[in-house]
Amino acid sequence: MLRTKLEPNKQSLLHRLHIDGPLLLGLLALMSVGLVTIYSAGGQDIALIQRQIIRLGVAMMVMFFLAQVPVLAYQRIAIYFYIAGLLMLVAVLLFGVMGKGAQRWLDLGVVRFQPSEIMKLAVPMMVAWYISQFNLPPRLWNICVGFVVVVIPTLLIAKQPDLGTSLLIASSGIFVLFLAGMSWNIIFMVGALGAAFAPVMWFFLMKEYQKQRVLTFLNPESEPLGAGYHIIQSKIAIGSGGVDGKGWLQGTQSQLEFLPERHTDFIFAVFSEEFGLIGIIGLLAIYCYIIVVGVMISMRAQDAFAKLLAGSITLTFFVYVFVNIGMVSGILPVVGVPLPLVSYGGTSMVTLLAGFGILMAISTQKRLLSRQ
Amino acid sequence: MAPRRIAIKDHSAEANLFMRRSFMAMLLVVVMMIVLISNLYFLQVKRFDDYQTRSNGNRIKVLPVAPNRGLIYDRNGELLAENRPVFSLDVVPEEVDDLDQTLSSLGDLLDISQDDIDDFKKDMKRQRRFKPVSLLNRLTSREVALFSANQHKYPGVSIEARLARHYPYGSALTHALGYVAKINKEDSNKLSQEGKEDNYKATHDIGKLGIERYHEELLHGEVGYQEVEVNSKGRIIRTLNFQPPKPGKDLVLNLDVKLQLHIQRLMDKNRGSVVVLDAKTSGVLALYSNPSYDPNYFVHGISSKRYSFLLESKDRPLINRATQGQYPPASTVKPHLALAGLEEGTITPETRMFDNGRYKLENVSHVWRDWVPWGHGWVDAKKSIEVSCDYFFYDLAYNLGIDKINEHMSNFGFGDYTGIDLYEESDANLPSRGWKKARFNEPWYIGDTIPVGIGQSYWTATPLQLAKSINTLINQGIRHSPQILMGHLVDGNTRLAPINELPPIPVQNPENWDLILDSMLGVIHEPHGTARTAFAGTEYIAAGKTGTAQLVSIAQDAKYDAEKLSEKHRDNAMYVGFAPFDEPQISLSIVLENAGGGGSQAAPIARKIMDYYFSEHPLEIAQTDVDEAVEQ
Repeated sequence: MLRTKLEPNKQSLLHRLHIDGPLLLGLLALMSVGLVTIYSAGGQDIALIQRQIIRLGVAMMVMFFLAQVPVLAYQRIAIYFYIAGLLMLVAVLLFGVMGKGAQRWLDLGVVRFQPSEIMKLAVPMMVAWYISQFNLPPRLWNICVGFVVVVIPTLLIAKQPDLGTSLLIASSGIFVLFLAGMSWNIIFMVGALGAAFAPVMWFFLMKEYQKQRVLTFLNPESEPLGAGYHIIQSKIAIGSGGVDGKGWLQGTQSQLEFLPERHTDFIFAVFSEEFGLIGIIGLLAIYCYIIVVGVMISMRAQDAFAKLLAGSITLTFFVYVFVNIGMVSGILPVVGVPLPLVSYGGTSMVTLLAGFGILMAISTQKRLLSRQ
Repeated sequence: MAPRRIAIKDHSAEANLFMRRSFMAMLLVVVMMIVLISNLYFLQVKRFDDYQTRSNGNRIKVLPVAPNRGLIYDRNGELLAENRPVFSLDVVPEEVDDLDQTLSSLGDLLDISQDDIDDFKKDMKRQRRFKPVSLLNRLTSREVALFSANQHKYPGVSIEARLARHYPYGSALTHALGYVAKINKEDSNKLSQEGKEDNYKATHDIGKLGIERYHEELLHGEVGYQEVEVNSKGRIIRTLNFQPPKPGKDLVLNLDVKLQLHIQRLMDKNRGSVVVLDAKTSGVLALYSNPSYDPNYFVHGISSKRYSFLLESKDRPLINRATQGQYPPASTVKPHLALAGLEEGTITPETRMFDNGRYKLENVSHVWRDWVPWGHGWVDAKKSIEVSCDYFFYDLAYNLGIDKINEHMSNFGFGDYTGIDLYEESDANLPSRGWKKARFNEPWYIGDTIPVGIGQSYWTATPLQLAKSINTLINQGIRHSPQILMGHLVDGNTRLAPINELPPIPVQNPENWDLILDSMLGVIHEPHGTARTAFAGTEYIAAGKTGTAQLVSIAQDAKYDAEKLSEKHRDNAMYVGFAPFDEPQISLSIVLENAGGGGSQAAPIARKIMDYYFSEHPLEIAQTDVDEAVEQ
């Protein structure tokens, strides 16, 4: 049983600003690694670093802002947030803007906007809100409703198509149900259903280029200059890094442009090539630290909604890490998932830090809630 | 929706459940982390060597660097084959903003044809955009200067230099020196069969003819390597390692280009050839075949028009007449035959017979005529050589028989390759019973033997074979293969190539050999000698033998009339000889096709060649009086 002591007089400045110090430390460490690696992967382009720092700054402001929002508010807006998100996803399918072979964006005139990013937060909030109204563990009926809540946006996003995001959203919802105590029988049943659903996916839902990716993943050497090129070059970069790496800015695979998507999705290959296994273990240690901090926050959280949401955000963060490293090192097919807080890029960065903002709100506001 | 449940929440049970599930999740995280790390460990530790190799294979490319071809000098250090930079105008498409505009404005500056532009665009499509593509080849120095002054206006366009072979003496040396040309498919097949394709990876040209072809291995050198780092698009980032190529050997030839040029001038419009050998070593001082052609056209790819002109010319300039021309040796081989008779004992120095101009055999109606219709009267071996008596040699051939003739003439190298360092050589034909059976499926008749005595019938020889056989006579049976190559340069000094000595001919009686040489001296210095007029008044003492080869059989009792015969059927004029008589330095053979008599046409040219040679190489010993020498 965890009970947090009430020490109102000893509240630190960070706490009063609703900032979780240990979490912030971990995030800053990751961002630093990211900037150092982007500098190398982007060909020592200072402008690239500046743009990334601006993005990080914006995302941090979003994070700090969301940390101030009362957790109760998240609970109350969850359903509206979710419905609005669903409508926007439908709108994307109807009027969305094409880009990179997929229909993911809504053009709002001023900004282009990716509704699927909203769903990364809306789905776990919605599922957590719904489940937390009942006694835990949830009953079969509640779980079924929860699944429907997860599956609708997942399918809408998979249809765009955006396999990476739909995967992340599905897992964020399922993590809520898992943490809520969904019975093991159901878990295995769902697993079996999923396995049965795979052929359906293959024949009816997946686009040709997605099928190709899976095939290439299964045997990258079959297409050394085609789709397999990315995976092969990425594995060469990682493997040739060895134990201690080739050194910063010394990675030949990245510096000589053999690696594709160097500063975005494949940045882990650049990092591995230049810093080796030792560097990787250090990087994974930072991720583990953040995950442990996140799980601790969820355990200490005051009510079921906060616990479930915090746990889901933390575990989804791990899914990012696992899927990205897995695909770059050749044990998962290539789906567009960035290495969180290290890869160059804006949209997912804002969503990620928004999630951590909610986590900080949960971490720092529990006393306020308990007094209510 | 289900009705809102009002059941009281059990917070502590829920918290416990959540804790358990959180631990399960953490366990899952740990397991998946282990999966990731094991895979990375596998890649980075277990398969490190493999991936490191593949990473290096990506970035490191080994570029072959062509060795510089060895230069070729004549015996006096004159450069016969050099490597000259040729300039091409190269364009790097990537660096040019507006290609069409650039091309048209270059067209104002230089002479660029539509063909050039079409070829350029074709080449451009086959290349990476940052690789240079040639727009113009073989720029003149004026064009180079013109462009260089305006280069700043054309970013991405530059002048590049490459070394290409150049033969400053042009057509004078073609048949001896040969030429190089672009490696074609046939050449590369041959190179790969011989396992030499690696050495030729960067090489543009290969020896196609003459010395360039025969001594290709000496001249080529060894390929070098440049190890470079490239990026994913193949652009060279930096050089990691450079192993310089080993240049080919600089060759020194026995040829004397001044002599060769002199011979070319003397030959003028005559079809024919001249071979001048060092009398001692059989080193080739001059080897010229007329008409010749400029080898430099072949280096840069001869136009099909020019090539078919050479190919179809009636004068057949592509043939190396000195080594491939097969001519009846005619009277030039009478000294050899007389020696064979003496050594075999068929005749003695005292053997005399009466030449009435008509040689007949018992019970044979055919008459073999002497070139002097009324004959030479009483002749012995020496006089028969001096006056070129046919009758004596008809009889000698009859008595020796074809088998002995074949044996002795084979010893002199007839019917066989001389072993010169040229691939373009014919072995011509020395007839024998076996040969006739194989060739015509007919037995050898006695009537076939008689004309062999005057170097006619089926007997053919190349001018080089004749010159080589004269050296064998001079050196009393010691034989050498004629060699164009003298050696190669090592630190500025010539390291001599070994002289190719063949087993000598067994000598029965040295006096026989002396008699033959004396007879050849008599050809020039006796009052009745056939080359007396041509060599009158030389400051050196020459010896030799004329020959006039009949190309058509003249009907029995008909008269040979040069004017009436078409040019192609006129006699070949020939001469073989050496000088100075007592210490021979050079020997030579000349064949002039369809020029007429050897004494009147070939001998005068031989004399001019020798005059020139001895004016360039004055004899050190004070010249004894010609008459005195004759008496000896």
